[in-house]
Amino acid sequence: MEDHVHIQDLTYNRGARRIFDGITLRIPRGKIVAIMGPSGTGKTTLLRLIGGQLRPDTGTIDVAGKSIPDLSRADLFAVRREMGMLFQSGALFTDISVFDNVAFPLRIHTDLSEELIRDLVLIKLQAVGLRGAAGLFPTELSGGMIRRVALARTIALDPSLIMYDEPFAGLDPIAMGVIVQLIKTVNRVYGTTSVIVSHDIAETASIADYIYVLSDGRLIGSGTPQELMGQESPRVKQFVKGLPDGPVPFHYPAIDFADELLQNGSRG
Amino acid sequence: MVSYFRQLGQFLIELISVVGRAGSVWWQAIWRKPELKNAGLIVRQVYQLGVLSVVITVLCGFSIGAVLALQGYNQLVKYGSESALGLGVALVLVMEIGPVVAALLYAGRAGSAVTAEIGLMKATEQLSSMEMLGVDPLQRIVAPRLWAGFIVMPILALMFSIVGIWGASLIGVNWLGVHEGAFWSSMQEGVDFYSHVMKGIIKSIVFGIIVIWVAVFQGYDAQPTSEGIAAATTRTVVYSSVAVLVLDFFLTLVMFNF
Repeated sequence: MEDHVHIQDLTYNRGARRIFDGITLRIPRGKIVAIMGPSGTGKTTLLRLIGGQLRPDTGTIDVAGKSIPDLSRADLFAVRREMGMLFQSGALFTDISVFDNVAFPLRIHTDLSEELIRDLVLIKLQAVGLRGAAGLFPTELSGGMIRRVALARTIALDPSLIMYDEPFAGLDPIAMGVIVQLIKTVNRVYGTTSVIVSHDIAETASIADYIYVLSDGRLIGSGTPQELMGQESPRVKQFVKGLPDGPVPFHYPAIDFADELLQNGSRG
Repeated sequence: MVSYFRQLGQFLIELISVVGRAGSVWWQAIWRKPELKNAGLIVRQVYQLGVLSVVITVLCGFSIGAVLALQGYNQLVKYGSESALGLGVALVLVMEIGPVVAALLYAGRAGSAVTAEIGLMKATEQLSSMEMLGVDPLQRIVAPRLWAGFIVMPILALMFSIVGIWGASLIGVNWLGVHEGAFWSSMQEGVDFYSHVMKGIIKSIVFGIIVIWVAVFQGYDAQPTSEGIAAATTRTVVYSSVAVLVLDFFLTLVMFNF
């Protein structure tokens, strides 16, 4: 199957810290692929690299055959019209209504009449179940509703690739179920390639075709959800079983606890 | 000694980096063909930056004009020259106080608001989401504010000076009893449009560019945290105020042939 996104030998450093150390991954067109891993492993950073908001230090990132780091600013903005990204916070524009948020990309990138834009916006809002909230402002919405509106805005231009940054974080079970269902539906109905960054194993595994697990800047495991559950790697096992301690330590690196307490005592 | 040079070097590198980033924001926002469909965005910013600054500008202009009249009359009356009050107040307002104080007020009201707004958009990922929707925030958010900033500053400075002169006339003529004809005719005789008013307008255009440039850059470059936005807003007011006062000295030096 053709790769929609192909990342090869990617390294990326933030200051002195190495975020990615030579990772390679492929995301086939039309599939739901999850990128998972503990907090702080750079999953969101990977989405920003795919979207061209960050540039890698070495390695290649190709999206639909185009090398993202090599594109000019103007070309990058043109390519992004084919991509969508659902931010964790929703990132709706707070000074305009729900309707205008969804209409925003249509008004900017198309010459459609206002009547047609109105119909398209209502179709997208109907798809996420929020047609009745078209007149509300983002500050009047709950967290789950914000994410649904953001999804409606993301699919407004029918992108071929949608990236979801922690789509389930901080949602109640009902809202989470709605988002899971919507991601699945959008993928099926629009034929989009979906990249989900998450650490919610159950929800992600229920819809993903393939999962990559990252830790400490490296790829530590990959496979279908079923293959991943059966993997023997201690790091993968710790992550998928949610064990508090293991190869990924519970404690942030520090000097010995007793030594530190004694140091404090000597100061007193 | 080595650590002193290291700190100096770090400071210079950071300074060059900031100037480079600010220049890059300027270049990418301004030096592209403006699109007609963005005209509405500029009009909206003219309202936000200019119209909403009118009340504070008028109030301060009136107060300063009135104070200049009181102080000026006190000194001039000693030499029997109170008839020159109109000329003195007009020259001081049009060439110096008008552009400078209006720019300082503008930095405090509009500049800080622009920094906080753009900084908050950055912190709430609105700028990132705009980028991912294929819309360049430098074109959509920064450029309209820059253009509007250039447009409104000279208008506000002129408004400040006009209201100041009116305030001075109310105090000088209507209250202190300076002859009305002398007040206005001395002004008409002594104030030249090209030699005085135009130079004040040029100053206010330069101040407008500096204040709005500092404001948008500080917002765009702010750390996306509450502390970062607070610090950026403070920097906008401090840097642009200092820049206005320092530039005023050099502009006066150049324009008035010292």
